Amino acid sequence: MAALAFALTAGSVDIGMAAVARALWAPIDDAGAGYAVVRELRLPRAMAAFAVGGLLALAGTMMQVLLRNPLADPYVLGLSGGAACGALAALLAGASALVTPAAFAGALLSTVIVFGLARGSGAWAPTRLLLTGVVVATGWGALIMLILTSAPEAQVRGMLFWLIGDLSGATRGGPGLLALAGVLAIALLFARDATLLARGDMTAASLGVSVRGTTLALHALAAFATAVAVTLAGSVGFVGLVIPHAVRLIIGNDQRWLMPAAVLAGGALLTFADTVARTLVAPAQLPVGVLTAVVGVPLFLWLLRRSAR
Amino acid sequence: MIADAPMLTCRGLALTVPGRTLCQDVAFEVRAGECWVIVGPNGAGKSTLLLTLAGMRPPAAGTVALDGERIANYAPRRRAQRLGFLPQDTFDAFPATALEIVLGGRHPHVPRWHLESPHDVRLARKALDAVGMGDAATRDVQTLSGGERRRVALAMLLAQDPALMLLDEPTNHLDVAHEVRSLQLLANLARDRGRAVVMALHDLTLAARHATHVVLMGCDKVEAGAAGELLTAERLSALYGQALVAVAHPRGTAFLPV
Repeated sequence: MAALAFALTAGSVDIGMAAVARALWAPIDDAGAGYAVVRELRLPRAMAAFAVGGLLALAGTMMQVLLRNPLADPYVLGLSGGAACGALAALLAGASALVTPAAFAGALLSTVIVFGLARGSGAWAPTRLLLTGVVVATGWGALIMLILTSAPEAQVRGMLFWLIGDLSGATRGGPGLLALAGVLAIALLFARDATLLARGDMTAASLGVSVRGTTLALHALAAFATAVAVTLAGSVGFVGLVIPHAVRLIIGNDQRWLMPAAVLAGGALLTFADTVARTLVAPAQLPVGVLTAVVGVPLFLWLLRRSAR
Repeated sequence: MIADAPMLTCRGLALTVPGRTLCQDVAFEVRAGECWVIVGPNGAGKSTLLLTLAGMRPPAAGTVALDGERIANYAPRRRAQRLGFLPQDTFDAFPATALEIVLGGRHPHVPRWHLESPHDVRLARKALDAVGMGDAATRDVQTLSGGERRRVALAMLLAQDPALMLLDEPTNHLDVAHEVRSLQLLANLARDRGRAVVMALHDLTLAARHATHVVLMGCDKVEAGAAGELLTAERLSALYGQALVAVAHPRGTAFLPV
């Protein structure tokens, strides 16, 4: 019950943030022409931002449970590195139509590599998995550098923006939100099992959790969520790491509340950050990835300090 | 079910770990009201045996049956309604209150889309009280000491309230008072409430005090049977390769290394 009350409080703060973001657009919105701008440009972009933020936060939440490590996130495990690498390779090859599927393939390939290698002797020891993920992510990073240095000058700037995470290309919000809703619904099915899984495979198994099935499902969901997010917005860092941790400090680790709360907070944070990113130095636009770090780091540190009282 | 039917039966059990055979042809039956204690030197396979009995690790040979049905045939959830297992170690990587954790023990009894009922909360609070952690219900486990966390883990098993409880060194990290109290609690559950308990222990004196039956798990030989028959200084000395003498006292027998 206390957790529910906390979740609601956290939710209303988030809604507050979203409202602030909306209020930021209102003055620029002078009736007729502005309506189209809001409806056709800003709303889809805000929807996409919310979807990306929610997906990343949810993916981070699941990976942290799976690895029993609050430092895990899609980026640490190399999922988004794989997705980014696939997308950049497609860009370099001039096949811009293939960017989406290539990113997708990259994320999935990364998951398979990480879990294939870390599996080895049978048990998925979280530490080994995390280490493998870090190494694979570094490998993707090197490949990305290779692509960047061999790309023609004109393409590099676009690629760079995309790598840091940029929502200026997002024109449709629907598919992202749909994916977010789908992933969240399936993840909630496993929420109680996931809460117990965080206390160790053996504890979970002894309480009737089908450990293997739940683990596989959570991995697949996290990979899918990351792939969709990266395809929509490139590598927006930090959301998957900081949001689950921050929300957990407020409402605890019961996944039934943590998953939806993380989606709300992640979505709200990214919507807010993206709005600031495109209004701060208007008419130029900042990549939103810069902003998520600027907003996220102090918030995280403050929460960490507050809970350590 | 017949009143005296065995709850847990193992026959022809063989356990292996990579490169080593731990035991072969182990057979015993655990009935309601019995308190089994597994003793033996480090690395003899006590934890492996418990995991196998809990149906969480397939045996190399032989069968384990719960209520007459092969344990491998149980779905995890149905098994958890009947059998509980306290692992040697639990993880507290994330903050959670002691009550939340103990409520997790109700998992197999709560339908998937339901929240824990007030009844579940009552049971969880009762379990916390039983291990002397009632006042710490709202404390974050990450702020608790090792022994306190162990008691919370034990309370989780009590909240699960299975007919058969398997415990891997339940007294790890506990001070002597809580060690005695926890074991008394488990022994009472077996004696008065028709539960069955199987646990690995290192304290031979406490084992002698509460065990109705024992499994002596040696590196080359495994014996199972009534405690009075098997818990002798002679057998234990041979088991551990350490001379022990039994010191009799009106309140029980102590085993003293010499």
